Amino acid sequence: MALLIQSQEAVNREEDERPNTEPAASAEPSTENDQTVSSVPSLEGVYRHRLPVRISHWFNVPFLIILIMSGLQIFNAHPALYWGDRSDRDQALLSIRPMQTESGEVRGITTILGHQFDTTGVLGYSDGMRRAFPAWATIPSAKWLAMGRQWHLFFAWLFVINGLIFTAYAFASRHATRDLAPTGNDLRGIGQSLKDHLALRHPSGDEAKRYNVLQKLAYASVLFIVAPLIVLTGLAMSPMIDTAFPWLLTIFGGRQAARTIHFIACFSFVGFIVIHVLQVILTGFFNNIRSMVTGWFIIQREEVRHEV
Amino acid sequence: MKYERAMERRRFLKGAVGAASLVALSGCDNLTQSSWFPAILNKAERLTEAVQRAVTPRDALAKEYREADISKIFPANGNTDPGTEQYAEHVVQNFSAWTLEVVGLVQTPKSWSLAALKELPSRTQITRHDCVEGWSAIGKWTGVPVGDLMHQVEPLPNARYAVFHCADVDDEGIAYYESIAVADCYHPQTILAYELNDAPLDIPHGAPLRLRFERQLGYKQAKYVMKIELVESLAGIGGGKGGYWEDQGYEWYAGV
Repeated sequence: MALLIQSQEAVNREEDERPNTEPAASAEPSTENDQTVSSVPSLEGVYRHRLPVRISHWFNVPFLIILIMSGLQIFNAHPALYWGDRSDRDQALLSIRPMQTESGEVRGITTILGHQFDTTGVLGYSDGMRRAFPAWATIPSAKWLAMGRQWHLFFAWLFVINGLIFTAYAFASRHATRDLAPTGNDLRGIGQSLKDHLALRHPSGDEAKRYNVLQKLAYASVLFIVAPLIVLTGLAMSPMIDTAFPWLLTIFGGRQAARTIHFIACFSFVGFIVIHVLQVILTGFFNNIRSMVTGWFIIQREEVRHEV
Repeated sequence: MKYERAMERRRFLKGAVGAASLVALSGCDNLTQSSWFPAILNKAERLTEAVQRAVTPRDALAKEYREADISKIFPANGNTDPGTEQYAEHVVQNFSAWTLEVVGLVQTPKSWSLAALKELPSRTQITRHDCVEGWSAIGKWTGVPVGDLMHQVEPLPNARYAVFHCADVDDEGIAYYESIAVADCYHPQTILAYELNDAPLDIPHGAPLRLRFERQLGYKQAKYVMKIELVESLAGIGGGKGGYWEDQGYEWYAGV
């Protein structure tokens, strides 16, 4: 009985998804009265990403890279983070500074909540230069705050405009509610999904047509939590905007706190990008790239063929 | 065999990522060095200024803090001593001969001694100073509203910018100056401060007079102010960009 219900659910799910798929090469499976069953793999094309999603996705690639790298350039001008409104030097939550040892050697020291780490070569001191983030991580590569700001504040506008267009589209087209919002069923399966991801077992066949629960949560939180947060904390650092919208300072706990949250949001993006790119490689690099370029995603299914 | 292929793939990936980031980086550096690209980046400044001014009420005040919020140490950035002979003389005389001139596109040019400025109605404000580098400090400033001086000199209709000429010069002998819109001179928190935290301004913080222009970044807060000149255009003053730091590539509009 339990088995029967389960298989009925599977059929329902398949029917729910059918409107999204192409009139595929797959035949209608009929489970009744079959005598012999053999399994043959077949390919099915799914139109997975619509054009506005693809466009805004690819715009974000250079925008985010430039914003992160020029942001690190700006951070380097005062490589410490604080809470509240003031930056009292003795109250830093994090600092990345070059320090001279007794023997006269310069080491890069990263201090997080009072704990010191020697990060020479990457943070604090790299390639013979006293700088928080190394030259390969900043735009421009040389120390140049004014130019870093020019890059950052220009691409911030493009990022915001792209984000607003995407958001309007995502809600108007129901992309946000239909594809990105996790369902109750999704959330109940989160434990299993987590185990599968950690074991690098990825959904295949019909399950690969839609986003799995961890994917949904990752995309939705980056799009609707981290991105707005990074924009609002960025605005909260503007003294002019603070006079227009004083509540920004209140909700973030002060200008220096906003700067700290901006930095954390930035590294949330970095973490997301690393995992995202890794997953793209692991789950079929060319198929994934094709689907984000042309929209078409190919799924391979072990189709059950019935011979009467 | 499988292992070797994996290693090869890894090497390829590493190489590809490295090459891509190198191309991206040197590409960005090339763009930065070009003449046309920074000019495009620069366009964002006007958009930012237009939008920020549109959403901010003209007389909206920067947040004023409590005494308890004042920074124990208020960092002094940029020039911390003009270092010229004339300035040294003023220091010896305790700035008794210091005068502030307001000239240029005004009905009646005027000048005030420091003592005369201190006679005028003053404003005290505890505000946050945001440095372009990223740090913030809170201080209590007392000074004369620049708007009051403007009412006395009466700017001409074509006066667009107030240029603050300062007593300090940099290592190369370039004089420090800064400019703001004449309209912003009338903002209640735009003051020429002569006190910081209830004490006369000290030399590192701009003695005897410095601009407080609270809704913009620290580099606009000109120190050692001697003269305010009202002009129609910033061309021909210093490097022509409206300020010492602007001439080095920082934005004239420093509201962000």
